[in-house]
Amino acid sequence: MINYFGYLFDSANWHLTGDSSIPERLGQHVAYTLVTLVVSAAIALPIGLLIGHTNRGAFIAIALGNLGRSLPTFGLVLLLVTIFGVYQWPVIVALVALAVPPILAQTYAGIRSVDRSAVDAAVGMGMRPMQVLFRVEVPMAMPLIISGLRSALLQVTATATIAAYASFGGLGRLLIDGLNRNEYDQIFAGAVMVALLAIALDYLSAAVERAVVSPGVRERRGRLFSRSAASAPSKTSAEETAVSTSR
Amino acid sequence: MITYVRNNHVEIVDNLVQHVWLSLLPVVIGALLALPVGYLAVRKRWLYQPVVNAGAIIYSIPSLALFLILPPLLGVGYLSALNVIVGLTLYTLALLSRTVADALISVQGQATQAARAMGYRPIRQLFGVELPMALPVLFAGLRVATVANISLVSVGALVGSGGLGNLFTGGFQLGFVEAIIVGIVLSMLLAGLCDVGLVLLQRWLTPWTRTGART
Amino acid sequence: MITFDSVTKAFPGGNVAVDDLSLELPTGQITVFVGPSGCGKTTSLRMINRTIEPTSGTISIDGEDVTTQDAATLRRRIGYVIQNAGLFPHRTIVDNIATVPLLNGVNKKQAREEAAELLTRVGLDESMARRYPSQLSGGQQQRVGVARALAADPPVMLMDEPFSAVDPVVRDSLQQEFLRLQSELGKTIAFVTHDIDEAIKLGDNIAILRVGGRLAQLGSPQDVLDNPADDFVADFVGRDRGFRALSFITAAALDVEPVREYVERADAVRLVLDDAGRPAGWSVHGVEGLRALPSTFTRDDSLRLVTDLAITSPAGAAVRVDADGVADGVVAHEAVARHLTAMRHETQR
Repeated sequence: MINYFGYLFDSANWHLTGDSSIPERLGQHVAYTLVTLVVSAAIALPIGLLIGHTNRGAFIAIALGNLGRSLPTFGLVLLLVTIFGVYQWPVIVALVALAVPPILAQTYAGIRSVDRSAVDAAVGMGMRPMQVLFRVEVPMAMPLIISGLRSALLQVTATATIAAYASFGGLGRLLIDGLNRNEYDQIFAGAVMVALLAIALDYLSAAVERAVVSPGVRERRGRLFSRSAASAPSKTSAEETAVSTSR
Repeated sequence: MITYVRNNHVEIVDNLVQHVWLSLLPVVIGALLALPVGYLAVRKRWLYQPVVNAGAIIYSIPSLALFLILPPLLGVGYLSALNVIVGLTLYTLALLSRTVADALISVQGQATQAARAMGYRPIRQLFGVELPMALPVLFAGLRVATVANISLVSVGALVGSGGLGNLFTGGFQLGFVEAIIVGIVLSMLLAGLCDVGLVLLQRWLTPWTRTGART
Repeated sequence: MITFDSVTKAFPGGNVAVDDLSLELPTGQITVFVGPSGCGKTTSLRMINRTIEPTSGTISIDGEDVTTQDAATLRRRIGYVIQNAGLFPHRTIVDNIATVPLLNGVNKKQAREEAAELLTRVGLDESMARRYPSQLSGGQQQRVGVARALAADPPVMLMDEPFSAVDPVVRDSLQQEFLRLQSELGKTIAFVTHDIDEAIKLGDNIAILRVGGRLAQLGSPQDVLDNPADDFVADFVGRDRGFRALSFITAAALDVEPVREYVERADAVRLVLDDAGRPAGWSVHGVEGLRALPSTFTRDDSLRLVTDLAITSPAGAAVRVDADGVADGVVAHEAVARHLTAMRHETQR
């Protein structure tokens, strides 16, 4: 019987420092993920807001969204590393490039989804353009914007795992090294840790979403279930859900 | 580039073919399984949240991790293609169960109430009224699942079933940029083709959306 | 006072929405812009707060040309109510109402207190303050929209079909409340509607516009009903304008018959009073129980109400009551007709 739990429960692997310890890898993974997310958000959010607010260049937002979804993540990472060498920065560039499309597409979609009469009222009451954007449009677009960020988070966590193949750090190292050495317990440890990390990050981002999105804008499950004659809003939300999840 | 392709076209085609069935088979199986799951999640309201949560958890697990947790669970070798197929099927199931559920919920309204009043029984109504009406939303989900799967198959190269992903790993090992580029291009073309194909299929299945009214 | 001076709005593409419009909206009164689709009523309204800019001509508020002021500052001094309320779903009701004061830098606590007060003023319960718009009904949202427009106490208010998106029953109570509010506040209001009945009900002045943005008639509701300027106006106002004009004549001058005569009569239908002298219902011979009165009228009510009550009553008569609800007279529908004949003889003399 193969002992899958050997690596996971070996205390030698849990030293907080020192190369190839689980906490070390975990820390690397989280660091890469967060840095990538911050950078890609810094790029994609302003562009998405701009395109959504002015509705010019919509084509770019939508096309990029589709492109990002169909681009094989593994291929892009290996491509950049093969061209530029086995360093950290090509991987980060690839990660950022993969995270920008979902954030951009969802931010754009979010701003477009804002009810025009609220914007009309805001303008008519005397808000200036930037005030309208940040005090009305963005809060109302929050659900979609956050969903884009959450998608990107998933995407980056997963791709960072695979990047270990190109000698990248992070928890993926356990998987790749384990595979190379046929150490099944190491593979198991890596897989479990990665899965747990991803789930934990997803839950954390859900908590952030609850904190940041105003209760007045959240989709209410109860309303989804009510069999009202005019159920048009639910239809778009179902489509949104289908479209917003990406890896 | 051209020389590379000419010299290796057999290998390229082999990988492409493997990629096609590795990505599409899970979509079909996953979609078929998602129908009853999604339907139940709507019929028994208490099931909805658990199903959605389970789906979210599964979907958040990175592909490589999933492909490597399955072998012990399935009792097969690490390099078995079954890992990739089961893994991708799980992803598809996780994604589409929610799509089916939400789609069915979204079509509840005047048409379905009328159908019930006319005497449709539940299953007949499901297939005759609700699913057809839900097709646009279902297809939106199908398209996402298909494109995602096509991208994820390449990760399978790390566990012996990678389709075009083999071009990525091969190219990386040998420093052949051409191989990787060909792999990427073919993967995206495949994704694009499937997407278009699904759109056409959707149009064919929903003639009533073709005429006039736009949302 | 709002003044339109030869205002024209031509959209690129050739569509002339407003054509050389000149009129005055008197201070402290409700002026209703009404007309069919495409008559430029909403466009005219939006040019007042510059959400649309005129192609030519000037609009002035109290003598000041609106284009000389910064648009955003101008708008903060004009209340703006639109059809679907346009509430901000991400803000609580009280924060919605306090929008303009907060924009103007008013202290948050104070703004919220004043907003809560406005909430009760528009007929809503204070407990709604912390709720979100999605939790309110359409009628309630509309009331919040009005409260929001009033928050900075602007002298001028623009209202674009504010009551059109709610059902008739709710609309009626909203209109009544609105009139009550206006009697307390006396704002200068520009009101847009496509519904001539609403215009007649609410307006102090009515501006009827025709397709192409030209003014067809400007006058009081009575004017418009009695003397339509042309066929278009007569048509738009509708066929029963004579009957509707009865709304503007009070029952004060009507001759009434003593209540006794209807209580003690031997006829098939008798009036039954309670111990305090208030009407309890009509007693119909051979029928169990009393038939309740849908309503009674007072001296200040309109002839239109009296006629309606008389027609629907089993006795063919309406019951007048005093301030305490005690019956003090009965009017049969023949009496109304006689009164109208007498009035006509008066005007013909």
